[in-house]
Amino acid sequence: MMKDNADERIGVDAMDIKFAAKDVQVYYADNHAIKDVSVDILDKTVTAFIGPSGCGKSTFLRSLNRMNDTIPICRVEGDIRLDGQDINAPEVDPVQLRAKVGMVFQKPNPFPKSIYDNVAYGPRIHGLARGKAELDEIVEKSLRRAAIWDEVKDRLDAAGTGLSGGQQQRLCIARAVATEPEVLLMDEPCSALDPIATAQVEELIDELRQSYSVIIVTHSMQQAARVSQKTAFFHLGNLVEYGDTTDIFTNPRDTRTESYITGRIG
Amino acid sequence: MPILWLFLIVLAIAAAGYVIGRSRAVASVGGDHRKMHSLASFYGSNVAIKVFVPAFLFTIAWLLVQPIVVNATVSDMIPEAAIADNSSRGLVMAEVRRIADGLDSAVAAGGMSADFARTPQTDLDDVTQRIKDAGGVVTSDITAPVLNAAQRYRAMNGTGNFIMSGLAILIALGGAWWGIRESHADFRARNTVETSIRALLIGAASIAILTTLGIVLSLIFNTIEFFRLYPAADFFFGTNWAPSFSGRGGSSDLGVLPLLWGTFYISIVALAVAVPIGLFAAIYLSEYASKRVRSVAKPLLEVLAGIPTIVYGLFALLTVGPLLLEIFGKDGLGWMQAGTAVMTAGLVMGIMLIPFVSSLSDDIINAVPQALRDGSYGLGATQSETIKQVVLPAALPGIVGAILLAASRAIGETMIVVLGAGAAARLSLNPFEAMTTVTAKIVSQLTGDADFASPEALVAFALGMTLFVITLALNVLALYIVRKYREQYE
Repeated sequence: MMKDNADERIGVDAMDIKFAAKDVQVYYADNHAIKDVSVDILDKTVTAFIGPSGCGKSTFLRSLNRMNDTIPICRVEGDIRLDGQDINAPEVDPVQLRAKVGMVFQKPNPFPKSIYDNVAYGPRIHGLARGKAELDEIVEKSLRRAAIWDEVKDRLDAAGTGLSGGQQQRLCIARAVATEPEVLLMDEPCSALDPIATAQVEELIDELRQSYSVIIVTHSMQQAARVSQKTAFFHLGNLVEYGDTTDIFTNPRDTRTESYITGRIG
Repeated sequence: MPILWLFLIVLAIAAAGYVIGRSRAVASVGGDHRKMHSLASFYGSNVAIKVFVPAFLFTIAWLLVQPIVVNATVSDMIPEAAIADNSSRGLVMAEVRRIADGLDSAVAAGGMSADFARTPQTDLDDVTQRIKDAGGVVTSDITAPVLNAAQRYRAMNGTGNFIMSGLAILIALGGAWWGIRESHADFRARNTVETSIRALLIGAASIAILTTLGIVLSLIFNTIEFFRLYPAADFFFGTNWAPSFSGRGGSSDLGVLPLLWGTFYISIVALAVAVPIGLFAAIYLSEYASKRVRSVAKPLLEVLAGIPTIVYGLFALLTVGPLLLEIFGKDGLGWMQAGTAVMTAGLVMGIMLIPFVSSLSDDIINAVPQALRDGSYGLGATQSETIKQVVLPAALPGIVGAILLAASRAIGETMIVVLGAGAAARLSLNPFEAMTTVTAKIVSQLTGDADFASPEALVAFALGMTLFVITLALNVLALYIVRKYREQYE
């Protein structure tokens, strides 16, 4: 099932590269956190980044929407292109970039506002809605896509912080979806969730693939196998192996990948 | 026996008790420390505590009661005739105490024998001379009743001290006996010591609370006294503040409204200066400033908080007032008569409050989780959008708390008002007129020749009480707001 699915996607979108990273280096002060990473990430595909803690997968993810700019000691080198445009070029506004490349974080981080205002945050900032009615529409659509609409439709004015952990994370996904990004970055989105909420979010990720390129960092190899079509294995700042998820998990080429997925390292 | 000696003796008993209690406990298990309930030192400490604490408390209690009893007894001894017309019993008693001290120092200096000081003397000039030789202070000639009273005073105090020392030592020994008897391996000395430590900590906390209570009580009694002399309705709703300084009561208008108005007006001007500047400074320091700038700028800003308010007052009087007068005075816009005005005091007080607002707000803004900022940046928000729409709303309860604390500080401020705002109590909307505040009037009512039986002086306590209630309410409100919303983001 998974194999068929992946093959089909590769068949359709093989040429459609969303992100092209070449020789990316990331430094935290003197610490060389990402070394020579080159990877092509496909559109309308879920790509999983796996690897042991501290291997740099989150750091690399954050350099895709220049979130590393907010860390003063962090330095990114190399060439990262989104649809052929160098995202680190001086003419690219990181704020505009982040609107195109949305992000969902490890810990649910709803703003201390109502559920409605949480989702409407991005559209308001970017002026995506021309009136109250249109904004309502965006909010409802986003909440529906995040599979949380039925649970919150009667209390859109309630505080987003009052929801349960799983609901908060889906609210954060709805918030990210509301700005109509082209790519969605998810940094261990299920690590703070229970199995039921995790299943809901995973189902959601599969649906989001219809419209976006989704990149998910995860510690759970089962999760990577369940949701992704492509998998990249990071180890000690290097991209060790990148390929179809089924290949990585059934037939890894690198011994380090094999050791990791069989539980011998990491 | 001097108190120091008593203290040392009790300390020695405690030390001995410590050693005995400890060794008895150890001996009871034949030196095998593992069989004891507590470490050996706890048994010793248990005895020492039982020696020291009861004896100490007893001594304190005795020292509080003895002067009252002695004074009452001696005071009754002095016949009505011995009190001069222009004097009072209190003044005579002061003389008695001075002479008693004089006799003490004369005996200590060898000017007279202990027997001489104790027995009734007829040659009063001789006694006076001997006391003076010993360095004692005698203001008037000693009279026979006064000398008698002084001798009685000495005798009673001497006996009292002697009895007290004896009893205290007995109590200490009793405590030692009690503690030593307990010192067996099975006794839970560790728990007992733990209880004593808790009692000590509770005591420390109670002293702080009791002091507050004492302050309130001292205000309340005088306030009630004031309202007996002056109608409360006139005080709270009177729009005129005109205390008469010559007459006694009746002729004074003591309405609090002009003072409260001045207080609030000046505080509002101060907050209008301090809140925006302090808040923006805090936002810059916590969100925009680099680590290096922050490490220099924050302490510099906090230096403002360390300047004594009288210095701010001088700044208001000598710099800000004349500066404002140049712009708004006769040569300028013509709104201002003199340098002292609501605006002068308010501006300077606002400067004083900046570090209050900025330092507290800075801490609160820093406490907003980074995850919220990341979430906002991740959606493509700029830094100022993130601050305005995410960080500040999350920090708002804390910031409101900080502002209310600054407000209660502004309301209680005195020196800047005295020097910067003038002394005229008036109800006016013009911020360039001189006004005055509750605190400044408390000072002026109590300085100088205050007669504590007149409403003009007692009104200070009613003013203090009003102020206390207002600032207390503000503080409670601030704490309530801070507490209610704080847990939400942690």
